[in-house]
Amino acid sequence: MKEYDVVIVGGGSAGLAAAIEIYKNGIDNILLIVRDQELGGILLQCIHNGFGLKVFKEELTGPEYAERFVDQLKEINIDLRLESVVTAIHPDKRIEYVNSKEGFVTVKAKAIVLTMGCYERNSGAISIPGNRPAGVLTAGTAQKYLNIDGYLVGKRVFILGSGDIGLIMARRMTLEGAKVLGVAEILPFSGGLKRNIVQCLEDYDIPLYLSHTITEIIGDNNLQKIKVSKVDNFKVIPGTEMEFEIDTLLLSIGLIPENEISERAGIILDPKTRGPIVDETYQTNIEGIFACGNVLHVHDLVDFVTEESRRAGKNVAKYVKNQEVNKNEITHLKSNKGISYIVPQTIHFDNLEEKTEFFLRVTSEFKNVELVIKGDQEEIRRIKKRHMAPAEMEKVILTKASLKAYKIISIEVA
Amino acid sequence: MKKKLVCIVCPMGCLLDVEVENDYAVTGNQCKRGIGYAKKELTNPTRTVTSTVKIKGSIHDRLPVKTDKEVSKNKVFEVMKILDSVIVTSPIKVGTIIVENIFGDNVNIVASRSM
Repeated sequence: MKEYDVVIVGGGSAGLAAAIEIYKNGIDNILLIVRDQELGGILLQCIHNGFGLKVFKEELTGPEYAERFVDQLKEINIDLRLESVVTAIHPDKRIEYVNSKEGFVTVKAKAIVLTMGCYERNSGAISIPGNRPAGVLTAGTAQKYLNIDGYLVGKRVFILGSGDIGLIMARRMTLEGAKVLGVAEILPFSGGLKRNIVQCLEDYDIPLYLSHTITEIIGDNNLQKIKVSKVDNFKVIPGTEMEFEIDTLLLSIGLIPENEISERAGIILDPKTRGPIVDETYQTNIEGIFACGNVLHVHDLVDFVTEESRRAGKNVAKYVKNQEVNKNEITHLKSNKGISYIVPQTIHFDNLEEKTEFFLRVTSEFKNVELVIKGDQEEIRRIKKRHMAPAEMEKVILTKASLKAYKIISIEVA
Repeated sequence: MKKKLVCIVCPMGCLLDVEVENDYAVTGNQCKRGIGYAKKELTNPTRTVTSTVKIKGSIHDRLPVKTDKEVSKNKVFEVMKILDSVIVTSPIKVGTIIVENIFGDNVNIVASRSM
């Protein structure tokens, strides 16, 4: 059985950044396993711009952003398996993968980095009444058909859910000659970035129906019509029904970290993020298995994925060199009023560097509030916030000096 | 007259208040790029156009491209029309000019990946 210092599962933005960072930190016995036929992950189909403002201080498209990392990866000497699928990860850090050249292979690693990204919620995840005709697909699937393969999936389009991919596809399909009749969002606020509401919907006069959802899908073989109604707190308001004649319904109703193999390995997931519970080094509950990027929690910006994966990569390299088991006391992070999750979920105070970055999302839209951070009920810090929304990830940086070996650190909106 | 805008320069999405008569004075911006954006958006709004063109001899059939500078918002569909008839052949390096000087104003269509 071939042994590696580090095996990385996934060749998107997280896997690329982690691989490069681990290598830069002195570990070169690395295997990167990638399901697709090329590196870069979902960035390759995100041909719009807006990537890289933080990491490269310039505005790039998805493929350009990916290529910068792919170029760096080609400079370093690591093992790469494309078109290879990981079928199992074991707690003793054996990894099984399969491809058409080597067949079924088992390798062993000192450390594993999970960078599988996330998948789109599809029509099976929500119960829309009506028929099940062709023409209902996720926004990301339509994006791949259009941007990679060159097929426009429909001419009259409606979009359910206001996630960023849906907004981006509203503009993209409009540019390619489709008529996008509207976007319905069941919540009273958008799930996408404000800039995408402006440059993808308002620029093209595409209506955004907040507090609306689809109440019926009509069509025998192909999609013909949908009914859309206003909702009050998820309850349909009678008499508000609108009909749209369409041939395509795109779903942009959320992303879920891809953790099937992590769960089978025994990795404990956070029910809110649907990603592994990690500590300040991005290590999961299984020693030597780390996670970063969208497999850990869904990010708004690839730049944040890159930064997180670099931090994780540093820690992975450190772990491989020292092989130390962390036995320090654990402090838990607790999401109180107004907070839906915090990553990392645990920290080891003795291990902390001078500054630790925490990422969180709020449960609903807030204006002119404060984030209050407490350690065992004792107030540590207050941060003023002009505007917070669930679609926008918040970052809180805490210094080691401000923290003590608390049992619980909580964050709330006040 | 006061105008409200969402800045689209970066993902922060600052909410800008713009005093049109006062030389587009901006409040609500968290960086200086918001000031330039507000004036431009209210006088001559521009956008980068990203799309794809047909490519032959590569692993995929579409090559992603973009305008290397922003174009007037009302010219976006003209850019799309130009791209309809473009066919390129692999290999292409990222940044290669695919269509030069599209409107005679030094804006080029460039490849946004190598393929």
